[in-house]
Amino acid sequence: MAVINLRQMKRNQTGIITSVKAQGEMGRRIRDMGIVPGKAVTIQGRAPLYDPVALRIMDFTLTLRNNEADYIQVEVE
Amino acid sequence: MNTAIALAGNPNAGKTTLFNELTGARQHVGNYPGVTVEKKQGTCISEAGTFEIIDLPGTYSLTAYSLEEVVARDYLVNEKPAMVVNIVDASNLERNLYLSVQFMEMGIPVCLALNMMDVAQKRGIEINTDKLSELLNIPVVPMVARTGKGKKELLAQVAKGIGKPASPLLISYGQDIDKALDEMEEIIQENQFLTDTYPARWVGLKYLENDNQILELGSTRDKETAGKLSGIEEKVSRHMSATLDTHPEGMIADQRYGFINSVLKQNVIRFAYDRNRLQRSDQIDKVLTNRFLGPLIMVGVLAALYQFTFAYSALPVEWIEGIFGWISGVTDAVLPDGLLKSMIVSGIIDGVGGVMGFVPLIMFMFLGISFIEDSGYLARMAFMLDRVFRMFGLHGSSVMAFIVSGGIAGGCAVPGVMAARTLKSPKERLATLLTVPFMNCGAKLPVYALLVAAFFPRKQASIMVILTLISWTGALLVAKLLRSTVIRGEATPFVMELPPYRFPTLKGLWIHTWERTWQYMKKAGTVILGISILIWAMMTFPGLDDKTAAQFESRRTAITGSVQADILKEIETADKDTELSPKAREVKKALAGINGEESMAGLENSIAGRMGKALEKISFLAGFDWRTNIALVGGFAAKEVVVSTLGTAYSLGDMDPENTDSLGEKLAKSPGWGPVTAFSLMIFTIFYAPCFVTVVCIARETGSWKWAAFSVGFNTTLAFLLSVLTYQVGSMIVQ
Ligand SMILES: Nc1nc2c(ncn2[C@@H]2O[C@H](COP(=O)(O)OP(=O)(O)OP(=O)(O)O)[C@@H](O)[C@H]2O)c(=O)[nH]1
Ligand SMILES: [Mg+2]
Repeated sequence: MAVINLRQMKRNQTGIITSVKAQGEMGRRIRDMGIVPGKAVTIQGRAPLYDPVALRIMDFTLTLRNNEADYIQVEVE
Repeated sequence: MNTAIALAGNPNAGKTTLFNELTGARQHVGNYPGVTVEKKQGTCISEAGTFEIIDLPGTYSLTAYSLEEVVARDYLVNEKPAMVVNIVDASNLERNLYLSVQFMEMGIPVCLALNMMDVAQKRGIEINTDKLSELLNIPVVPMVARTGKGKKELLAQVAKGIGKPASPLLISYGQDIDKALDEMEEIIQENQFLTDTYPARWVGLKYLENDNQILELGSTRDKETAGKLSGIEEKVSRHMSATLDTHPEGMIADQRYGFINSVLKQNVIRFAYDRNRLQRSDQIDKVLTNRFLGPLIMVGVLAALYQFTFAYSALPVEWIEGIFGWISGVTDAVLPDGLLKSMIVSGIIDGVGGVMGFVPLIMFMFLGISFIEDSGYLARMAFMLDRVFRMFGLHGSSVMAFIVSGGIAGGCAVPGVMAARTLKSPKERLATLLTVPFMNCGAKLPVYALLVAAFFPRKQASIMVILTLISWTGALLVAKLLRSTVIRGEATPFVMELPPYRFPTLKGLWIHTWERTWQYMKKAGTVILGISILIWAMMTFPGLDDKTAAQFESRRTAITGSVQADILKEIETADKDTELSPKAREVKKALAGINGEESMAGLENSIAGRMGKALEKISFLAGFDWRTNIALVGGFAAKEVVVSTLGTAYSLGDMDPENTDSLGEKLAKSPGWGPVTAFSLMIFTIFYAPCFVTVVCIARETGSWKWAAFSVGFNTTLAFLLSVLTYQVGSMIVQ
């Protein structure tokens, strides 16, 4: 078990969100989409230029840029 | 009685599909989050009653940081609909309920329409709707909006629920916040602070969430109370960041999701398969957004779209051209010579016909784009291209605006400029809406189609690819320029949902295609008809002065006087198929030549001709003669007019009135025209001033005429420089 940054997660890796540091508009946008502590995320893939990243959360697929992923801490196996 | 029913829900949950199902209207549906940006209204007449239905834009939340959310929230608050039908995607229930909770917090009567039950079922998601309804204390109706299943039950529930008061949902947001809310609620009640429109506790909640709209409203209404509330907010905020390393806003969101989770856990939802099992959509994405294959496939898709469009539309385009040619011929034979005939043949038929001739092409293009949009592929394009767009100061979601404007050729900058609304950052939005007019909209297509067919035959698809690349490159570079000069600023987050791939419905495709085609046709019948007549008039009047006209007349009499009467008689009586004697043919040709020269001189002397001539002094650098100038000036009204005006100019000034060549053939034979001129003209068409309607739209969307004027001046200058470059360099290479 280790807490890492979402950006560092590998493809197909799953983890549980532990904290979301973003505030203001960015924070709201991220949270509205269900990125809140306790939820499981799986990295589904990255765009051809490695950015943005597509991730699976709850029952849908969400895309985020890497610099947005930096605000999200995840606990992984 | 108030029978207003608002359809609200997450983007892409099926609101518009349900709206169409209920009202019989034909609104745009698309498998792309955020298709509906403005609210639409319709009436639903059913056994259960008659309702006014309002299709609100999709939102994920009710905070007030994006335009759609403000539109939706303002409507709910100010217009107070009798009920909100909250459409929820059953296959994605947890996230969708986040918005439902917020409606319930506001105390609006809500009915949950559990849509996409078919998708949920396929994925093995079982939902106990009775239990959900009981726990949330609102009606829940399972349905499939696409087929209309559940519609009746929904309406029955709506009819039953109307008029019943609802009380705001109270959930716990944790000790600290609950305590602060209690305190705030008391103050708010005491001072009647905004309570005429909003529930007291909700106002407190918004203060804790730092909601700009409410904060502003609050401080203009009652500064003192607002100050007190903000004070409480600051206190909790400080306390929470010290003890919990979080802030109220984050906590509230966490607790809302916590509440949803606790509801769902009470046997409401069951997953028959592993929840994280790869869906079919994900498997498709493995290929379509693959690092190497993804971009290749994207190029392939675009190429296939052009191939499809041009290959299948060629024949119908020919038919329509034939029909208009025939009408023109009949009119020509039936009407007596004179101004009326000239107006009908040269102004109306050639003008409108030139535009209508492209209807099949436009239609096929729209069909292709609709397919890409409805299937969900467009969102993948945004995903793959975001990195590129960001380099130029734009946003992956700008893709939508660009595509709608004609990013894959065929589209319209007007809805494109409006589609830029889905962008959250004002700066990225401004940069997007100023550059989308560079895309190849449906109105520019006829210009290309005409020139490509005449000067680059058999290379249509590849020239279209080149033109597309040029317009994109230009748009992106200009965006970069703007973003690093006049509209500098931060990038906004790319938090976007990738909708599952869906097979487009025939109905959806048809509505989509027809709607856009019909708009194009309507424009041909109204604006373009008007402009064609106006331009014809400008090209006809004031005509030749008496002296010059007399000169042409005397030249004609000189010829007719010098030949025997029987030859003249032969020419007069002969119909189209009779073989003339050599002498008669010679005379006839000489006369036709003089007639041609006369009409050419008339055109040159007309208002439009003089304008074109004046512009020729600089436009010759780009290879444009005065007739092209007239067409380009007309194109400012609507780009379709470029083709129709060229048609009019070349048929009015025709050297040989018997000439039945199509416009393309005429151009190909004209001196001064060649591939380089054609290309230069196409470059100019890509970049110059957006059409009038778009300019108005830009002014409206940016809220200032300054930007509208900027786009006219800047784009035209840029276009001119680029086409001069094209023409000068091109001429050197070709020679
Ligand atoms: N399988 C299935 N697809 C549906 C159903 N309802 C809608 N869709 C599809 O879902 C997609 C989105 O539908 P829209 O009606 O455009 O969604 P919307 O909520 O208006 O979206 P925005 O305007 O973007 O907020 C379309 O491709 C519809 O055909 C349904 O019950 N089942
Ligand atoms: Mg919609």
